Amino acid sequence: MSDRVMKSYRFREEREADWSELDRIVQQAEKRGVDGLTDQELEQLPHLYRQAVSSLSVARTISLDQNVIAYLETLCARAYFFVYGTRSRMSERIAQFFARDWAAAVSAAKGPTLLAFLCLFGGALLAFFLTLSDNEWYWTFHGGWDSRNPNATYAELRATLYEDRSDIVDMLGAFAAQLFSHNSGIAIFAFALGFAFGAPTAILLIYNGVYLGSFYAVFWQKGLGYELTGWLFIHGVTELFAVILAGAAGFMIGGAVAFPGRKTRMESMRDAGDTAAMVIIGAVIMLFLAALLEGFGRQLINDDVTRYVIAGTTLIFWFGYFYLPRRGEIDRRD
Amino acid sequence: MTEATPVSAVEEGKRRRARMRARQYEAKRIRTLVTPEGAALNLKVSTFGERFGAFILDIGIQFALMIAVVVAIGFIASAMQMQGWQIAWAVAQVLIFFIRNFYFIFFEIGRKAATPGKRALGLRVADRKGGRLTANAVIARNFLRELEFFLPLSVVFSFGGDGIAVWVTWLLLLWCMLFALFPLFNKDKLRVGDLVAGTMVIHAPKVRLLKDIASVTPAHIGDTSIVFTPEQLGVYGIHELHVLEDVLRQSTPEIKTNVANRIATKIGYAPQAGETDLAFLEAFYAALRAHLEQRMLFGQRKEDKFDRR
Repeated sequence: MSDRVMKSYRFREEREADWSELDRIVQQAEKRGVDGLTDQELEQLPHLYRQAVSSLSVARTISLDQNVIAYLETLCARAYFFVYGTRSRMSERIAQFFARDWAAAVSAAKGPTLLAFLCLFGGALLAFFLTLSDNEWYWTFHGGWDSRNPNATYAELRATLYEDRSDIVDMLGAFAAQLFSHNSGIAIFAFALGFAFGAPTAILLIYNGVYLGSFYAVFWQKGLGYELTGWLFIHGVTELFAVILAGAAGFMIGGAVAFPGRKTRMESMRDAGDTAAMVIIGAVIMLFLAALLEGFGRQLINDDVTRYVIAGTTLIFWFGYFYLPRRGEIDRRD
Repeated sequence: MTEATPVSAVEEGKRRRARMRARQYEAKRIRTLVTPEGAALNLKVSTFGERFGAFILDIGIQFALMIAVVVAIGFIASAMQMQGWQIAWAVAQVLIFFIRNFYFIFFEIGRKAATPGKRALGLRVADRKGGRLTANAVIARNFLRELEFFLPLSVVFSFGGDGIAVWVTWLLLLWCMLFALFPLFNKDKLRVGDLVAGTMVIHAPKVRLLKDIASVTPAHIGDTSIVFTPEQLGVYGIHELHVLEDVLRQSTPEIKTNVANRIATKIGYAPQAGETDLAFLEAFYAALRAHLEQRMLFGQRKEDKFDRR
């Protein structure tokens, strides 16, 4: 009789109820979050968690029941992830992102942003002057499918800039198309490519600048520079800024990989990844706004001056939002 | 019988070595995380295969979602006699955009820190240092997938042309594969996204607490319960105990009968009248575990039947 009552058996018998109680609470928490727990459960949780963790270390030394040990391992891990997991609510975190973190991350990355800006606009200027000096350059950068090429007439080019007939269907279509236009893809891509020491990011930015610059030159030659600027920058301020920031996020990671400084490469990457992630998700949000501006704003507003006003306003807004110093607040990122 | 013994001993030795290797390999997957309480949690790094499987599942789910969106919206549009199908198409495009870019982020930011595919395979994302898994980390690790998966994919689809162009594409593919196959070349099976985000993917399936086999009421035959001598219990070690646990928990009656016969022969046990194989196995399991746990408390861990302790 007595040889059947083992230590491990008694050990389990005494604690089993607490384990399953912890299991239940953690399951509840995984399903509904902290709000799904009653005050009493919340009070019990740390106690039950600590008990389960100590049960685990005891079980490892006295029990040979595989199932009990495997169960405790996963139970403790789940409870650990919950007890030491994220505290703040999603809504709080999102609010803090817009109020502080996003702007802080962007303004901390002035160097990479400048570099990305130079790549994009350097490429654009280069292509602009090359195409002005010789139209053949245009065909080096563009395929033949675009009707807005050097052979187009003034009237044809001008017609592409203004919308005489616009209903909600066209606007929505343009919005959706804009989401899929290569720019939003390029932003995420520019970020991801940063890992390869940032070089592919630079190439991607320069290439896009070249594309833009040669396109600009075509309109410039026909005397449509002023009109094109309005057409482009009503949403372009937001869009190009987003692309530049995405490139900057890529450069941040590339820089962290290539020049870790005093940190280990792993640490340096991880720290850069944390800030770069905020910059890139912000860039995606900006691209979304740009798509709205392009889809609706550009279709509705056919007046050059208004377009310029909107472009200028967005520029001032983004600069103010990102770079104006603001009062420090408590960090609630946890 | 006597001639067959050496052969089977060689066989057994081979099997034992294979088992040891498997165990060493398993041990390599374990990352110990010391909690602030000072207790060690053993987290298991998921294998490349598990992660790839989860990824395939997730991609499948994403595709299914996209098709469902298109079909549902198409259905609604056709119910409205295709009035404004452009609007329907635009809405579908926007939804697809979100599914394509935010599927992984949405699920991994959630409380379970895993996409449906990962959950199905018992995986979850965790911070590499045991800290909090932040939203930033999840965003970083998932946007980098663009580099690891979609870039090589687009290179594969860009094959074409002739001469030098093909060679350039091959080179490009080789370069991309460095990122795609990154998890194969490090011991934590980290992909590039994990590296940048400071995360890892662990294998932590939910385990249910089953009944303790030793808790079943002792099998009585008349008034005498099944008793084993210390010599009979000394034959086997911990490995055999665990195998017996698996047999008792999840095998067919035929296998149980087989195992019962082999154990009885090996330890020289004569079955008593009216005793079932299951009762014998359960009694033997309880007795063996009690015996081995007792010895473990005294610092003698008998790993398996070859362990002469």
